[in-house]
This record gives sequence, structure tokens and C-alpha cells, in this order.
Amino acid sequence: MITNTGIIAMSYILATILFILALGGLSNQETARRGNWYGIIGMTIALIATVMGVVTQHYEYILVALVVGGTIGLIAARRVQMTQMPELVAILHSLVGAAAVAVGFANFMDPERLAHYAGVELTIHDIETYLGVLIGAVTFSGSVIAFGKLSGRIGGKPLTLPGRHWFNLLLLLAAIWFAYEFVVQSAAGGGMQPLIIMTVIALVFGIHMVMAIGGADMPVVVSMLNSYSGWAASATGFMLGNDLLIVTGALVGSSGAILSYIMCRAMNRKFLSVIAGGFGTSEGTVVAGGEDQGEVVPISAEETAELLNDSKEVMIIPGYGMAVAQAQHIVNEITGTLRNKKINVRFGIHPVAGRMPGHMNVLLAEAKVPYDIVFEMDEINDDFPKVDVSIVIGANDIVNPSALTDPEGPIGGMPVLECWEGKTTIVLKRSMATGYAGVQNPLFFLDNTRMLFGDARETLEAVFKAL
Amino acid sequence: MRIGVPREIFAGEKRVATTPDVAAQLIKLGFEVAVESNAGAAANYSDAAYESAGCTVAATAGDIWGNSDIILKVRGPDDEEAARLKSGQTLISFLWPAQNPELLQQLTDRGVTAMAMDSVPRISRAQKVDALSSMANIAGYRAVIEAAQHFGRFFTGQITAAGKVPPAKVLVIGAGVAGLAAIGAAQSMGAIVRSFDTRPEVKEQIESMGAEFLMLDFADEDGSGEGGYAKVMSDEFIKAEMELFAEQAKDVDIIITTALIPGRPAPRLITAEMVESMKDGSVIVDLAAEQGGNCELTEPGKVAVHKGVTLIGYTDLPSRLAAQSSQLYATNLRHLLTDLTPEKDGQIVVDMEDEVFRGATVCKDGETTWPPPAPKLSAAPKKAKPAPAPVVEKKKPSVMGPIIGMVIAGLALLGLGAVAPASFMAHFTVFVLACFVGYMVIWNVTAALHTPLMSVTNAISSIIIIGALIQVSSDNELIMWIAVVTVGIASINIFGGFAVTRRMLEMFRK
Repeated sequence: MITNTGIIAMSYILATILFILALGGLSNQETARRGNWYGIIGMTIALIATVMGVVTQHYEYILVALVVGGTIGLIAARRVQMTQMPELVAILHSLVGAAAVAVGFANFMDPERLAHYAGVELTIHDIETYLGVLIGAVTFSGSVIAFGKLSGRIGGKPLTLPGRHWFNLLLLLAAIWFAYEFVVQSAAGGGMQPLIIMTVIALVFGIHMVMAIGGADMPVVVSMLNSYSGWAASATGFMLGNDLLIVTGALVGSSGAILSYIMCRAMNRKFLSVIAGGFGTSEGTVVAGGEDQGEVVPISAEETAELLNDSKEVMIIPGYGMAVAQAQHIVNEITGTLRNKKINVRFGIHPVAGRMPGHMNVLLAEAKVPYDIVFEMDEINDDFPKVDVSIVIGANDIVNPSALTDPEGPIGGMPVLECWEGKTTIVLKRSMATGYAGVQNPLFFLDNTRMLFGDARETLEAVFKAL
Repeated sequence: MRIGVPREIFAGEKRVATTPDVAAQLIKLGFEVAVESNAGAAANYSDAAYESAGCTVAATAGDIWGNSDIILKVRGPDDEEAARLKSGQTLISFLWPAQNPELLQQLTDRGVTAMAMDSVPRISRAQKVDALSSMANIAGYRAVIEAAQHFGRFFTGQITAAGKVPPAKVLVIGAGVAGLAAIGAAQSMGAIVRSFDTRPEVKEQIESMGAEFLMLDFADEDGSGEGGYAKVMSDEFIKAEMELFAEQAKDVDIIITTALIPGRPAPRLITAEMVESMKDGSVIVDLAAEQGGNCELTEPGKVAVHKGVTLIGYTDLPSRLAAQSSQLYATNLRHLLTDLTPEKDGQIVVDMEDEVFRGATVCKDGETTWPPPAPKLSAAPKKAKPAPAPVVEKKKPSVMGPIIGMVIAGLALLGLGAVAPASFMAHFTVFVLACFVGYMVIWNVTAALHTPLMSVTNAISSIIIIGALIQVSSDNELIMWIAVVTVGIASINIFGGFAVTRRMLEMFRK
């Protein structure tokens, strides 16, 4: 038992610094592993200091909870496949949200609350509690829905209720009104009822918000929920008067907000319009069918191998299809073979490829593709005219020329990988279906595009054999 | 199977249906290749070259016609040649079945399978077999060379010590493959090139070759017919077109006409008056001479001079570039044979379900199979939608917007500061600073590590466990249990988050 509050405060400052260093470490691959260790050490220090300094009884329960929770967490982390990473991250976010709600309620039920605070302080404290629970509940239900969508348990199509913006507005107004009710009743000793009603409203809001967002916008949603989980922690920190929580929550919150911003910019979409939802629905502007587009030219795996053998510069553009087909390992083998033949193979990664920020990078890293040949869109987009063969693996909207040619289209103005500038593009696809944005892709009908139909992994295995 | 390549006997025909290089590839497909002695001589391919590529050189045409399963030719057979064909043989060459019904009948009667290179459907997949395009390309190029031969001046403009030379002005009518090739050749020799076509969608192609597209103001009429060819236009359109040509004829030095509509005589575009209005020394090359000519005064196969204007009506322009055209034509044939030999065993299979083979085959097993059913897909969109010019409305970024927002936010914060207790303000300070630290740190994170970033921030956001730990010592049973469960939930996150981050980061390697 440490009674010296100075030591605890100092431990918290140390933990804070370690968390900042952990995020800072992720600025590049060399220091990233060290960064993760900083995070682990920071968390350990914070936990020990709290247990030693604040907790006075029920140690055994804490131990049991830690062991049980920790075991579940470790097993989940070990079992999860890299392609399922977005789901895992989403479900973990929901846990933070649930924890924030629980802490908020427990705090509110503490009878000492009224003894500690009075007047303006009580009002501020109540608002903090209210906000913590609100954000926590939205994070929780939103993340659960996001998990459902990412793991395919819930369809990826956006749910667009008629008058959904009005519905959201109504929920917001109700939440504000109940906040007032809550503050008034709380000062009189009650307030549980409005808090519970608000929690339900927040849960509904979270569900409705994520249901309305299309699959292509998932990277934004996941990072937005990441941000929310941070703000929930921060609000809880205010409620408890704990700077460590406030700082950590703010770090996580701003991190998620910046990621959301980066994702939105990569799709040339406004954050609000993503949140308002409905992207990916067919609303007249969508070009339907391929009949009037011309004809696609199929290619066989053997011909693909021949083309690759004859080229000097190869660019591989992975998309969500690579994740679905689990094709990253065979992609790496092909890359290795080509590199041994002195063919320059590079990867072009679109910022929103996949279902969460950096999804493709993780998959390629899992397959042991060296990260110094993996490039971001901005780094390699000007190089396409020099590329002999671009291989598009299960990507669609991120290589759609109509984003540049049709400013009015659903993906108009979105920066895309301009693979059609290269000599030949080979597109691996299961069928001629459109991407998540529901837009037909003129790339497939270009003269220098060849279509390699089939499951990405099987076809690439055939290509590898032919090499 | 044995492929036989006879010498072309048509007068002046210098091309040959295969070259030594291509023959070597045909042999790889499992065929035997026999070439008649001197078949490639006019195109500068010697018998020795064929022999070293693995071909047999047959001394007589009789050997070729009598002992081959597949006959490759450039021109369709004449009566004598056709009489040598026997049932079971396959003939691949230009046949023009529409113009030569007697030949088609004769081939059908003899029971041969005949594939016409001119009847290959114009679809993307068959581009590699499209010998008409290959030949048109050569004809267009050669037309410019012929024009240059008869034109008394430079194509390019020059300023020399001996005076100024104006550049030649070339008008190319019809921007198909031949027209575009002509534009390219004339352009690269330095001439000023203009071009006209009834199909508005070729405007871009013309401009991409560096020529000026002469527009007729006829918004509603689109000259694109089936398969990317032109169609017959309305009377008003033709009238406007003729006025344009009359006006251009007075200005330009060289006119190259390539206007053809499939299955019809060539449209008359250049009248005698227009020719007479041209400057002395001007040249007209009429690529449509064989189909009657786009110019009234063209004499097919000949060079004529009418009142100082040279009219070139050669019908054998590809043959005048024999080595090149033989090579391209032979490659087209090879592509067709490759597709016909799916097993690469030297046995051809004419699959009549395949659109390309169906289109090319004019007779098979004693039955005439020409004309084929209409092609299902056209190479280009039939009717290009009129693209409305995108109106880009750029909102002026308002300078006042952010400032007003900041003022309001500032006032709100000041209001909060006025009522809030000191302890809150201390926390608030920390909060605001932490947001900025987060902002600065996160921008440095490389995009490749965004997923690990999310999982690590997720792990540290479970610092919320501290809140639960504070509550766990409560004497209130309910609060205690809520707190214990919360500790459990949060610890899933802590361990899971850090462990999965570690797992991911382990994978990033050079």
C-alpha cells in the first residue's frame, strides 16, 4: 500500500510519457516494436500504481478479473487471422465503450458523490458522467454493429431509413433534454431514470449510425470508433478527476480523429457525409450493367506468367479481394520469384484499400513481403507510365478511372491509383460485379486491360506454377 | 497438318502469306510448312531463309495445292487455283465474298473450308487477327509516301538562305485505320494535316495524332455504323460535307481519301470541279480506288494527271510495301491459326460457336455460311452519350467562417472558465494539451502502420481500467461487482490489444 500520493502522481506522469512514446514509436517500422513495449510498460506502471495506491480491498477479485480477461485477450490475439484484424479491432473498441458505460454507472451509484460535490461542481461532474456514458454507449453499440458488418454477420449494404437525418436529430435533441433532466434530478438525489433512458438512446444512435454506412466507408468508421473510445476514456477521466485517463483518452481520441480525416481525404469525401451515411447505394448516377461499356479481354494464368516474365517493372495493387481470398502468401512467392529474375516488383497501396486503415500493409507484412517495396499511392502514382504490368488483386473502386473523369459520379474526385497509365493492367476478379461503391469500372474495358477471372488465390497459384 | 503457301500469281502482287519468322512459329504449333519456290522473293524473303526456318520449299505450285491441308494466301484464288482445291482442304486468305459471289459458289462446290480474312468480325478479341486493319495501316502510310513522290515540294516548312518554304497542307478524308496512319505519316514529315470524318467520336483520335479535326455543325447525326465502320449519311449532311470539301480543295496541296462504307461503292466526295479548283502540282491519293474511288476522276490502278493535279489510284498500296505487309499479314494468320489449334498439336478445329471463326468462315462442308449472323458486341459504344460539360463550382473558402467559429468557441470556453472550479480548469488544461500532443505525434505515423496504431491506441484506451480499479474497493456490493466485471472487460482489451499489436509488428520486416 502506497499512501504517498506524490509517488502515484509521478507514476501516472511516467505512464503518460510512455504512452506518448509508444505512439511516437510507430512513426516507422524500425522503432514500432519498441513503441509497443513502451505502451506495455506504461500500462503496467499505471496498473501497479493504482492497485498499490488506490485499492484498499477486494484484491482477489481484481486478480481473478485480470487473469480471466487477460487470458481471453491473449487467446483472441493469438487466434485471430490477419484478414480478420478489422473485426478484432472493432470488437475491442466495443469493450472500451462498455467499460466506460459501466464505470459511469458505478460512479453515479456511489452515494459519496453528493458528499463530495455541490453546486456548479456537481453540475459539471454530472455532465461529465453523462457524457462519459453517452460516448461509451455510442462506441459500444456502434462497434458491435461494425464488428457484425466486417465479419459478414450483418450485410454490408447501408441501411437508409427514410428521414434518417431527422431521426438522428431527434435522438440528439432527446439526449440533450435528458441531460438537463438528469442534472436537475441528480441534484435532488435521483437521476437514475434519465441516465438509463439516455443510455438506450445512445445505443440506438450507435446502431443506426453504423448501419447507415456502406462497406466502402468502413475504414472511416473503424477509425472513428477508435476515436470515440478515446473520448469516452477522457470523459471518464474528467468524471474521476484522473489526469492519466484524460491524457490517454485525448491521445487516443485525436489519433482516431486524424485517421478518420486521412481516410476521408483519401476518398475525397467529407467526414460528415460519411457519418450521415448512405454511401454505396444506387441513386440514379450509377452506371448499371456492362453491355454498353464494350468488351473485356480475358487472359489465362499462363499468359499472365508470360507477360510478367517479359516485363521489367511490375506493380501489384492489392484490395479487399486479396484479403478475402487469403492470397497474400502466394503474392509474396510470386514477388520473390520475379525479384530473383531481376524484375522490379513494387506494391501500390491505396489509403482506403481494405476495410481498415493500413489493412493491406498488415496482410503483406504477414506474408513477409519486404516493407521497403510497399509504397503509398502518392509515392508511386507518377511512376505508372513506366510500369510494364500492373496486377490488380481484388480491388475495384480504388483503380476506377471514372473517379477522375466523372466528377459527378459517386466516387468522383477520389484519388485513385492510375494503373491504366501503364502498358498493361491485369485485373484479378471473381466476376464482373461492381465494387462497394456500386460503380461500373471503365478500367476493365480498356484496350490495355486483361481480366483474369477466378478466385485470387487459385489463379495466382496457377500463375506461380507457370512462372 | 501440312500448311502450303503458294506464290501469289496475281499480276503485281508482291506479298506472301507467311514469312520465315512466322513459319518457324507455325512449326512450333505442330504444323508442317511448305512454301512454293520464290513465293517470298518479291517481298525479299529468300527460299534459303524459309529453309533455315524449317520449311520445305516446293518446286511447283502443284505440290503445294495438291499435298497441303491448309492453304495460306494473300489474294483470293483465281479460277485456275480454285480448280486445284479439293474437299477437306482449308483455305485462308482475303476472299471478299460480297464482291465475288462466283468464287464463293465455286469454293462451296469444291467442299473446302474457306476463311476470309476480310470477314473477321471487328471485336476487341479479334484485333490480333484483323488483317484489314494491318493492311489499311500500311496503305495509309504508303499513300503519303506516294503523294510525296508526286508532290513537287517539301512537306515541312523551312526558312533557308534561299528563301522561305511553306509547309504542305494535307487533307485526310476518313479517319479509319488508313486515315489515321496517313495522318501520322504526313504529320511526321512536317505537313499541316487536317482531317474529316462523319463519325464524331474519332475527333479525339484525329487530334491525338496531331491533326486538326474539321467539324460539321450537325449535332444530331452520327455516322457510326455497326462494327465501328461508317454508314450512309443524310442528304443535307452530304451537301454540307461537299461544301466543306470544295472550300478545302482550294486551300490544300494534298488530299488523301479513305472513305469507305462496307459493302457499298465508295462515296463520291471529290468532284471534277473540286479537282480543277486545286493548285497546280497538287496530289490526290484515292485509297478507295478499288471500290470506284472517292474522286470522280480517279483511274483505278493508275496515276493520272488532270489539269496539273496528279490523281493516284493505286489499288495495291500494301503490296508496294511488300516486306512489311507480308510480315503483318503473316502474323495475323498465325494468330488465327494459334486460336484454331487449341491443343498445339498441328490439328485445326474450326469451332463454329466461336464468333471469330464463325464470322471468318464463308463456306464449310459444301455449304455457304456467309454472311454470318450479326455480331453481338461492337468494339465501340454504339452511341456515345452526350457528356455534359462538368460544371465545377468552387466555393470560395470563406475567411470569416473559421474566425467566427473560433470566436464562438473561445467565448464558450471563457464562459465555462468563468463558472468552472479550479480543479476542472486544471484537468481541462491537461486535456487540451494532450489533444495537441496527440495531434503532433499521430501525423508522424507512417501509413503502413495505421492498423498497428489503431490496435495500440485501442490497448492504451483501456486505461479506463483505472476508473474501475478506483471503484472496486467500494463497500457497495453492486458497485464492486460492476467494477470487477469492468476490470475483466478492460483487461481483455489490454492484453489482447498489446499482444495483437506485437504480433503485427513482428511481421514488418525489410
